[in-house]
Amino acid sequence: MLKRLGETVDPKGAATAIKDAEFPAPFASELEFNSPVHGTWNIVHTGMQVPGAHQIYVCADNCMRGVVLTAAEMNEAERFSFVILKEEHLLNGNLEDITIEGVADVIERLEQKPKAVFLFTVCLHHFLGSDLERIYDELGKRFPEICFVRCFMDPIMRKSGLTPDQKLRLSMYDPLKKGTVTEEGQRRISILGSDFALDETSDLKRLLRCNDYRIKESPVCESWEDYLSLSDCRMMLNCYPSGKAGTEWAAERLGRPFMYMPSCFDYDEIIGQLEALSESMELLGVLDYEGEKESCEAALHEALLEVGDWPIAIDGTFHPRPMGLARLLISHGFYVERIYLDAISPEEENDFKWLQQHAPELMLLATVQVKMRVLPRKTEREMLALGQKAAWFTGSRHFVNMVQGAGLYGFDGIRRLAHLMVEAAREEKETPDLVIRKGWGCESCI
Amino acid sequence: MRQAYRIIPIYTADVSGVCSALYELGGMTVMHDPSGCNSTYNTHDEIRWYDEDSLIFISGLTEIDAIMGNDEKFIHDIEEAASELKPRFIALASSPIPYMNGTDFPAIAEVTEQDTGIPTFAVPTNGMHDYVHGAGMALEAIAEHFVNEDRCEGFYPADCRNDKAEAGIENERDHRRVNLLGVTPLDFGPLDHAETMKHSLEQYGWQINSMWAMGDSLDQLSKSADAAVNVVVSSVGLRAAKVLQRKFGTPYVVGAPVGRFTEKLSEAMEAAVSSAKGFAASEIEKNAQTRHLSETEAAQEPADNVVYAACRKVSENLQDANKAEENTRHQAEITLIGEPVTMGSLAAAIELQYGRSVRVLCPLEETEGLLAPGDEAVCGEEMMEEKLKDAGIIAADPLYRPICPKDAQFYELPHIAFSGRIYLKKIKQMPGFADLI
Repeated sequence: MLKRLGETVDPKGAATAIKDAEFPAPFASELEFNSPVHGTWNIVHTGMQVPGAHQIYVCADNCMRGVVLTAAEMNEAERFSFVILKEEHLLNGNLEDITIEGVADVIERLEQKPKAVFLFTVCLHHFLGSDLERIYDELGKRFPEICFVRCFMDPIMRKSGLTPDQKLRLSMYDPLKKGTVTEEGQRRISILGSDFALDETSDLKRLLRCNDYRIKESPVCESWEDYLSLSDCRMMLNCYPSGKAGTEWAAERLGRPFMYMPSCFDYDEIIGQLEALSESMELLGVLDYEGEKESCEAALHEALLEVGDWPIAIDGTFHPRPMGLARLLISHGFYVERIYLDAISPEEENDFKWLQQHAPELMLLATVQVKMRVLPRKTEREMLALGQKAAWFTGSRHFVNMVQGAGLYGFDGIRRLAHLMVEAAREEKETPDLVIRKGWGCESCI
Repeated sequence: MRQAYRIIPIYTADVSGVCSALYELGGMTVMHDPSGCNSTYNTHDEIRWYDEDSLIFISGLTEIDAIMGNDEKFIHDIEEAASELKPRFIALASSPIPYMNGTDFPAIAEVTEQDTGIPTFAVPTNGMHDYVHGAGMALEAIAEHFVNEDRCEGFYPADCRNDKAEAGIENERDHRRVNLLGVTPLDFGPLDHAETMKHSLEQYGWQINSMWAMGDSLDQLSKSADAAVNVVVSSVGLRAAKVLQRKFGTPYVVGAPVGRFTEKLSEAMEAAVSSAKGFAASEIEKNAQTRHLSETEAAQEPADNVVYAACRKVSENLQDANKAEENTRHQAEITLIGEPVTMGSLAAAIELQYGRSVRVLCPLEETEGLLAPGDEAVCGEEMMEEKLKDAGIIAADPLYRPICPKDAQFYELPHIAFSGRIYLKKIKQMPGFADLI
C-alpha cells in the first residue's frame, strides 16, 4: 500500500537551483522531516567499533528507544545497557546519584566486566548542571579496573558546536595512553576518526606500504589492547571530516604529528595531500600522478559510456564532498541533475562556486524540509542515484549503496566510484529493503 | 534497581505513541525536540513510514532557544508548515527539555489555532512514559475535539435518545454498531492484522463503525457517537472510551477479540448495549459536567467491564474447584508478557480453549483496573527477571528471551512496541491478533 498526500505542494523552500542558493545554508531551519533512510551511522554504531567496550546510556524513554534498538538491530544488545530517567530524578536534584547507582547496578549485573564503559550522559544532564566530575570520579573509584569514557548524546547542541557524532569521535580516543613510540610504532601510521577502513588499494595505503609503513585503523581493531595500541604510531591521520576534531585532539594530547587528508575528488587536492604527507614523513614518491590521473580518466570515460545522459542524483550522506563529486562528474560529461543536502560544508565552498558558474541549473533539494514528506518521490525518467537518500527521494532502484564516503580515497577512490556507478547503472537494487537498514555495513537483523 | 536495564530494551515511549495514534488522521504532529525523536519514531516505532505519508515532524529545538524560551520560533515554524501543508489539525507533543523548561504547550496551541484557524491541541507528553500514555492521550484528544453529535446520527444523543427509542427509530442494526478503540501498529502490527479483529466481531453480527486509529479517516472517527458500544481493544483506547461515554453515554467494554474469548466479549458488548438503554439523558449531562478526568481517575477504573478479567475470574473459580492448590495463578503454567488488554484477552482465550492456567506480567505503566487476579504489573528488567524465574512456558516478545530461564519453553510473540521492526517480517507471516489461537 502506498498512500501519498497532496502532490501539488509548491517545492519552493525545499528546492532551489544552485545559482540562486545561499552558502552554506541553502534552506531555512524550520520544522524537520526525517526520511526512512538510515544507512548513516549513529553514535551506537561508532561506539561499537571499540572492542571490549560496553555502552551505557542514561536518559528518558523516548531518547533511549532509538539507541537501544540500534544495538539490538546490529546484534550487539549484549554490549548495551541503560538507566532510565523519570520526572522525579529531574525534580529531586539527584540526577548524579541516579546516574552513578544505575550505572553501577548495570555493571554489577554484567556477566563479564567490560574493559571500558562508554557512558553517555544527555541534554538533561547539561540543563540541570549535573556534576559530571563527581559521576566519573565515583564510578572510577568503584570500578578502578574499568576505563570510563565520557560520551554525550546531546543533540540539542548539534547546531551550535560539535555534534554528538563528532563528540564521540573525540572522546573515543581518550583511553589511548601517552607514551613514547616504540620501534615498531615508528613504522606505523594510525588512521582515526572514520567508521570505515580505507580501501586496501587506496592511494594512501599504497604510498605508505611502499615506504614500509604499517597502517592501523580504528574500525578494524580486534581487541581492547589492539585498540589501545593505536597510540603507538609515528603519525595520526584523519580522512573523514566528522573525525577531524577527535583525531587532532588525540594527536595533540599524545604528542603525535597530525595530518588531515579528507577524501575528495579533485586531482590537485589529492596530489597536494599526498605530497604534504610525503614531505612530512620523508616518503619516497612511489605514485605516478600522471598515470593515476590517466587511469581515473579512463575509468570515468568507461562509466560515461555506460551511464550516458542518465540523470544523476547525489545526496549528502553518500560522501562528505557531494559538491566536489558533482563537479568531477559534470566536468567529465555526466548529467548531474540534483543534489540532496541540507547544508554545504565550508570545505566545499570552491566547488559550490564552480557549480554555480558552470552548472547554474543544478538543483539543490533539502532532505529535512517538511515539504519533502509530500513532494513527488518519483522522477519521469529513473535517475542514477549516488547515495541512499538520493535513491529514496527519487524512487530509483539504480543506486550506489554507500554512506559517508566508505573507504574511498584519492585516485583509487575516483576509480572505485566510477566502477560502482557502472554497476549501479547495470543492476537494480532492492531500495526499500536496503535503505531502511541502520548503519550501512553493520550487521542488521531486520 | 528498577531504572537499570542490562539487556532488554524499553517500550515505545509516549511521544511516539502520540504520532502512532494520529498517523492516519490527516493532521500534523509536531514533536518539540532537538533531534532523535523523529528518527527513533520512524525507524523503530512506525511501520507505515516508508509507504504512507503522514505529517510528523520535529521542531529541531536548539539549546539557545530552549534557554531563552524562544517559543516564537516554534510557533512560526508550525504556522509556516501548516500554511503549506494544510493539515486537518495540529497536535503538539513535548520531549524532556521543553517539559523541564515548563514550555506552555496549551498556550502555544491556542495561539497557533487562533493564527491558523486549524484545530490545535497539545498532548502532554514528556518522553518519560510509555506509548500507552501518549497514544491514549492523543486518542482522548481526538474524542474531545472531533467527535460531535452534529457529525453523526448519535446513538445516544442526550437530547433525542429517548424520543428515538419511543418512536421506534432505533433498529437492530444500530444496536450492533461498534467502535474499536486503541488500535495502533504498536500493538497490532500491519493493518490487515488489526482487521482480523473487525472480521472476528463481524462474525458475531457486529458492524464496525470505526477503528481508532487504523484504516479509518478522521471523518469516520468523528462519527463515533453512532456506535452503540465501544470496545477498548488495548489500553491505548481507554481514555477515549471514557470521553465518549461522558459525551454520548456510549458504554464500553475492555477486551480484544481473540479465539474463543471473542464470544465472551460479544456477550459483554450485548450486555453493555442493553444496560445502556436505561442510561438517562440526565446522566450524560452529569457526565459532561465532570469534563476532565484526571490521569489517576482514568487509570483507576473499576474492572467490572474488563471482560477478560471477569471471564478469567470464572475460569479461575472452576480451576480452584477442580484442581489442587499448586495450580494457582501464582504458579500458572503459562506466562504472557505485554500490554494488559491484549495479553489479558489472549490469556482468557487460552484458558477457555485449553484449560491451562495463565498469568500476565505487564511491564507498562497504565495497568490499574486492567489486570485479572494473579496478573502483575512489573517494573523494570530486574523485577521481570525475578518474576520469570520459575516460569515454565513463556510467550513474549523474543527480546525478552535473554532474561528468561534457560529451561523455560519460549514462544515468540513479537510486539512492535517492544522490539520495533526487528521481527516485522516474522509478524507479517503470523496470523492477526484475533486469529492468534
